[in-house]
Amino acid sequence: MSDIDKSTAIKLYRTMVRIRVFETVTEKLFLEGKLPGFVHLYIGEEAIAAGVSASLRRDDYILSTHRGHGHTLAKGGDMKKMMAENYGKVTGYCKGKGGSMHIADFSIGMLGANGVVGGQFPISVGAGLSIKMRKTDQVVVAYFGDGAANRGTFHEALNMASIWKLPIIFVNEDNQYASTTRKVRTLSVEHVAQRACAYNVPGIRCDGNDVIAVYKAAKEAIERARRGEGPTLMSCQTYRLKGHFIGDPEKYRTHEEVEEFWKKEPIGRFEKIAFENGWLTEDEKKAIWEEYQKEAEEAVKFAEESPYPDPEEALKDVFVNPLE
Amino acid sequence: MREITVAQATAEALMEEMSKDPTIFIIGEDLTAHGGIFGQFVGIPEKFPDRILDTPISETAIVGAGVGAALTGMRPLVDLHFADFITITMDEIVSQAATMRYMFGGQSKMPLVIWAPDGAGLSAGPHHSKSFESWFMHAPGMKVVVPSTPYDVKGLLKSALRDDDLVLFFQHKKLFKFKGPVPEEEYIIPLKKADVKREGSDVTVVTYSMMVHHTLSAAKRLEKEGISVEVIDLRTIWPFDFDAVAESVKKTGHVVIAHESWKVGGVGAELASQIQEKLFDYLDAPIVRVGAEHVPIPFSPPLEKRVIPDDEDVYRAVKKVLEEA
Repeated sequence: MSDIDKSTAIKLYRTMVRIRVFETVTEKLFLEGKLPGFVHLYIGEEAIAAGVSASLRRDDYILSTHRGHGHTLAKGGDMKKMMAENYGKVTGYCKGKGGSMHIADFSIGMLGANGVVGGQFPISVGAGLSIKMRKTDQVVVAYFGDGAANRGTFHEALNMASIWKLPIIFVNEDNQYASTTRKVRTLSVEHVAQRACAYNVPGIRCDGNDVIAVYKAAKEAIERARRGEGPTLMSCQTYRLKGHFIGDPEKYRTHEEVEEFWKKEPIGRFEKIAFENGWLTEDEKKAIWEEYQKEAEEAVKFAEESPYPDPEEALKDVFVNPLE
Repeated sequence: MREITVAQATAEALMEEMSKDPTIFIIGEDLTAHGGIFGQFVGIPEKFPDRILDTPISETAIVGAGVGAALTGMRPLVDLHFADFITITMDEIVSQAATMRYMFGGQSKMPLVIWAPDGAGLSAGPHHSKSFESWFMHAPGMKVVVPSTPYDVKGLLKSALRDDDLVLFFQHKKLFKFKGPVPEEEYIIPLKKADVKREGSDVTVVTYSMMVHHTLSAAKRLEKEGISVEVIDLRTIWPFDFDAVAESVKKTGHVVIAHESWKVGGVGAELASQIQEKLFDYLDAPIVRVGAEHVPIPFSPPLEKRVIPDDEDVYRAVKKVLEEA
């Protein structure tokens, strides 16, 4: 038996399913040639965004990555606006100017997904500093991959967050690959949380495919930050079940390796526990998947029926006050 | 009218704005011990001890901290110590701060001032003497201010602090002790607006920052030879006041553009191009540009003097533009 309550368990599950459905639909649309550009899927890593976000408030901030759909959805993002952005439509989150890699939703504290790996670290310091100067009890979550941990920005941000005790939770999604390069070839430590001692902050390693483990670890780190006790570095071990981007030839790993990790994927793993604990029945499970399938289909319909931006829109939004 | 230095004008602008707006703060390296390394923040650490923050030597995190704070309700001024160090923070400035509002479809504002001392002439050597303003005109999303006098520094810095967009504010390090008249009463100078620093009828010199002073000395010398020079101080190089330039060019028909940073690919190249595109028929001679030689800025005084332009270069450029007419 697990020690979390049923409503929390179902909340975690629903968030994971919502992300999985959105990403699965997105993958299909991309393969059908309906989405321009590049899309990076979060499939297999849903437990991290779901587990972390369960303890966040609407006014807390998150900073995300190129693999960011899951982070925004878990924070309460709107599927319709995100899907429309994936299509490049004017009704999208960024009116088609950002695309899949640059979703932001300032109304829910989502300060933007970053196309530059590691670009989010310094910005998270600023959000944390702002909270401290404004004397609120908000917190900041900065999601990042194992590859980003090797940027200089990681070092500068962790050091600065530590000396100023900023309310930031650095959440590493260690999915074993930095694009096509295996982690063991690029990371000096076994897992990123080992680096926490260098910054005098707590370092927590947890199973990133176990949503309950992520939830508990993140809850403690978030509460600590909210109390003004400073940042935490979490490293969640997971696996990217899809390619770096849709269409990735994936020559850097074997089909067998991927198949092995499909057996450990977080949603099926959680369902087993949920059934054992009586949190979920087969009928409830079916209803939840259908609910999000329907939401995703409506998002696709909304996106397809929405117009592309007027080309002149490309010349707007550079400045608040263009001084013309 | 009282006279104060550029450094004092900088501190005054900040203190006045900080008194009115509690969201303004200053962040950077070595700010509180001496009120900034050029005395530009003297008085602020005592008056606003919680709003001027000394940082680790971490330029990407310093600028990033400005970006994140600006996104979440604050109005930071980031001190970059020396403009040379801006190269370390190009991602935070160009791809993040300058791009976010556009990239996020207009959802966000970027009320951030990146403040940096630039310029040569102090034998500070290749890593502490450069001027990079043209890069930030080249990439979109930034307003770029390059003032030359205490009066302009104060009025423009106040505008920059009130602006909701990213402003890069470059002050020439040789000018911090330069004194000039600044009224006691409050005033602001709008961004973009150029200033005619001297009226003239034969040649227009478009310039900014340190070169304004070199140009004014050259103009005095040329006056004795019967040549009347109009000096346009752009003050803001992006967006810039093309109307002010055009008005003067139509009057004189002769244009010199002078800046201390490199001539190749510099602000003068863009200005010259726009002037010939829009005002070709008014020009009586090819535009002449004055800028640094295309080498790093050297240390030894005679070498540095050889590389960066001064009043003699402006003098010769004015003569040249008139000879070619």
